[in-house]
Amino acid sequence: MSAPSPTKAPAEDRAAEHGGPEEPRRPKGPGSSAVGRPHAAWALPGVLFFTFFAVVPMGLAFYLSFTAWDGLGDPRPVGLDNWRKLLDDDRMVQSLWLTVLLTAASWVFQTVIALLLGVWAAGRQRNRAILSAVFFVPFLLSSTAIALLFYALLDPNFGIIRENILGSSNGAFLAIVFIGAWQFIPFHTLIYQGGARQIPEVLYQAAAIDGAGRYRQFFSITLPQLRHTITTSTVLLVVGSLTYFETVLILTKGGPGTDTAILPYLMYEAGFKSYDFGYASAIASFLVLTATGLSLVLVRLTGFGHMRSTREGM
Amino acid sequence: MESISGRSNGGQPTGGGLGGRTFSRRWVLGAGATTLLTTGLTACGSSDGSGGGSETIDAFTYGDDAVKVQAAAVDRFNKSAAAKSAKGKVKLVKVPGADYTAKLRTAMGSPSAPDVFFNWGGGSIRAYQEAKQLLDLTDTIEGDPVLKNGFLPAVLAAGDLGGRHYGVPMRGMQPVILFYNKAVFAEHKLQPPTTWDELQGINAKLKAAGITPFALGGADTWTELMWLEYLVDRIGGPEVFAKIQAGDSSAWGDPAVLKAAETIKELIDDDVFGSKFSSVSYVNGGAPAVFAKGKAAMHLMGSWEYSTQLGKFPSFAKKNLGWCAFPTVEGGTGDIRNVVGNPTNYWSVNARTQNKDAAIAFLKDCASQTYAKALVANGDIPTTAGAAELLDASPNPQFAKFQYEMVEKAPAFTLSWDQALGADIATPMLTEINKLFVGQSSPSEFVSALKELK
Repeated sequence: MSAPSPTKAPAEDRAAEHGGPEEPRRPKGPGSSAVGRPHAAWALPGVLFFTFFAVVPMGLAFYLSFTAWDGLGDPRPVGLDNWRKLLDDDRMVQSLWLTVLLTAASWVFQTVIALLLGVWAAGRQRNRAILSAVFFVPFLLSSTAIALLFYALLDPNFGIIRENILGSSNGAFLAIVFIGAWQFIPFHTLIYQGGARQIPEVLYQAAAIDGAGRYRQFFSITLPQLRHTITTSTVLLVVGSLTYFETVLILTKGGPGTDTAILPYLMYEAGFKSYDFGYASAIASFLVLTATGLSLVLVRLTGFGHMRSTREGM
Repeated sequence: MESISGRSNGGQPTGGGLGGRTFSRRWVLGAGATTLLTTGLTACGSSDGSGGGSETIDAFTYGDDAVKVQAAAVDRFNKSAAAKSAKGKVKLVKVPGADYTAKLRTAMGSPSAPDVFFNWGGGSIRAYQEAKQLLDLTDTIEGDPVLKNGFLPAVLAAGDLGGRHYGVPMRGMQPVILFYNKAVFAEHKLQPPTTWDELQGINAKLKAAGITPFALGGADTWTELMWLEYLVDRIGGPEVFAKIQAGDSSAWGDPAVLKAAETIKELIDDDVFGSKFSSVSYVNGGAPAVFAKGKAAMHLMGSWEYSTQLGKFPSFAKKNLGWCAFPTVEGGTGDIRNVVGNPTNYWSVNARTQNKDAAIAFLKDCASQTYAKALVANGDIPTTAGAAELLDASPNPQFAKFQYEMVEKAPAFTLSWDQALGADIATPMLTEINKLFVGQSSPSEFVSALKELK
């Protein structure tokens, strides 16, 4: 299949729909065509829900970040106080660093394993299908259940690993990275499995004829063909890591000391423990801005936004 | 609030004023609560207006085993002549423990706030008082012989804010006690310590025998707080914290606080809590099990430790569980009879209540002998003035009497610091305490960090 053929027919349809053949026909890449798009009204329920349950609360949180509010009475405007505190707070600096570290460590750990597992699982043998289903199980469990399970396993007196893991800085941090990986690798594996199955068999056949071995095939075909899958998985992973929370709450409560107090936990503590909702809202707004910015940058840098076919130029 | 909701999150009983509950239940509660919190707070459970007309008042309480005492009191009150003359009835809203403080805060900020609500006194209600949501009960209590003489004065005073009463005691007392394993003490020919020097001697002997002197569930910061509370009291007397509680943050600079922090550092360097204490939890039963199995010889814990052990290790609780006061520290000014912990829980009244007469008539029931008897039957020690004679009916009269006398004779009862201070200060304070215990800050860094808290 080559790129022009799928675009041709839709472009004609579109012209017919608008009733204007005069419209200049520019060649369009797949995905950029407006054809067959449902009427805008269909989006209404989605837009309404998104407005009421995402945009409005986000706007409120942003507004609260300029107030002092302990949950009682009315919020009192304090201008930029919370944002200034955010910039001055030593804990915030540490928290940001921990969040970055957690995101980076999670990305390396999860991407490498999920990619290899996904490519492996893309094969069609029956045992792989069964194993893939088994791998997927952790993702189906609730984060709370997983955190409680590991809490029991890591108990220094009665658990499986009788070391001071959750009570030591590195141990607690690594435990959180590991548990996150245990929980989310199955999901990313599934994405990679899907991506790998889309790679045309002919590429491998041609490579085999050229004498490429399995490793060469992996690095020269599989990996480049999966680049958009990697982007998708990375965006999900980065945004997920930025908002990672339940495991920290249950397993370490930000401890020992403040060594696992990542941003979402700091936000929770400011809001629901100190009842300083203004400051908590500033942290929340900061998180939203960071996560949105980061995913935009990722999408831009990787060209994901263009939605080009991976098979382009084949 | 770290203290309150932190405890509640774990289903830990201090805050809740639980008496005897088992681990599994506490654990499950904690798990459920955490789920709720992470998925966002549910709306307030009360819905006045839909109930029995405007004269019915809502009472929020912490929903644990002891709630049956309050449920019975509500039934009794609703049928009483007092309810008729006040033209009001009480509807009890049992809030699952772990969600309690967050839910109360949400409700109090909304139109469907409770009329009467359970709390920990002191700092736990300061925000409500500052928002003018609390009824000042001082004149009511002073003018009513039943309420005025009904409770131990130290307990009534411990829940005060600025010398005014905002609460009526309504649950059992929870002093912090030094528990010890009688079998281990007998085997190594040890006596319960009365001074810090004696304690040091005991620690040395235990370590030589390969036994960790103290169990400590350091994964829960409030367990570490208990050490600091007693050490500051014994070294500098109750006045030191009283000043801090009154809002003087420079009082953290009192030499007693630094000395207490240094003492804690010595204990940790000396390994008296073992090397893994920061991973051990109280709420999941880790620390109590270490103690009951003789791996650790002592445990500084609230009075609920007795019922915890009774639930999990009944034969240990009955045969080998010993208790005594926290020892004095040489050169310190604190009286060995001084107590820290939670004196009890209180009912406070919302200033916006629709039926003040009914609310106050209901509170009077807590001073009654019937109410006290129900608490005793539940394993709790009432804080009513005449409770002493009821204690023979307790599941463990010996322990009940020890506790009652401990509190009755205490020259000072310091409310747990995290309850005494507002949440805005208590939360970072607990973080600093944890940093001290895990070695992230030195005693002097600890003191300067606390002085910054405002």
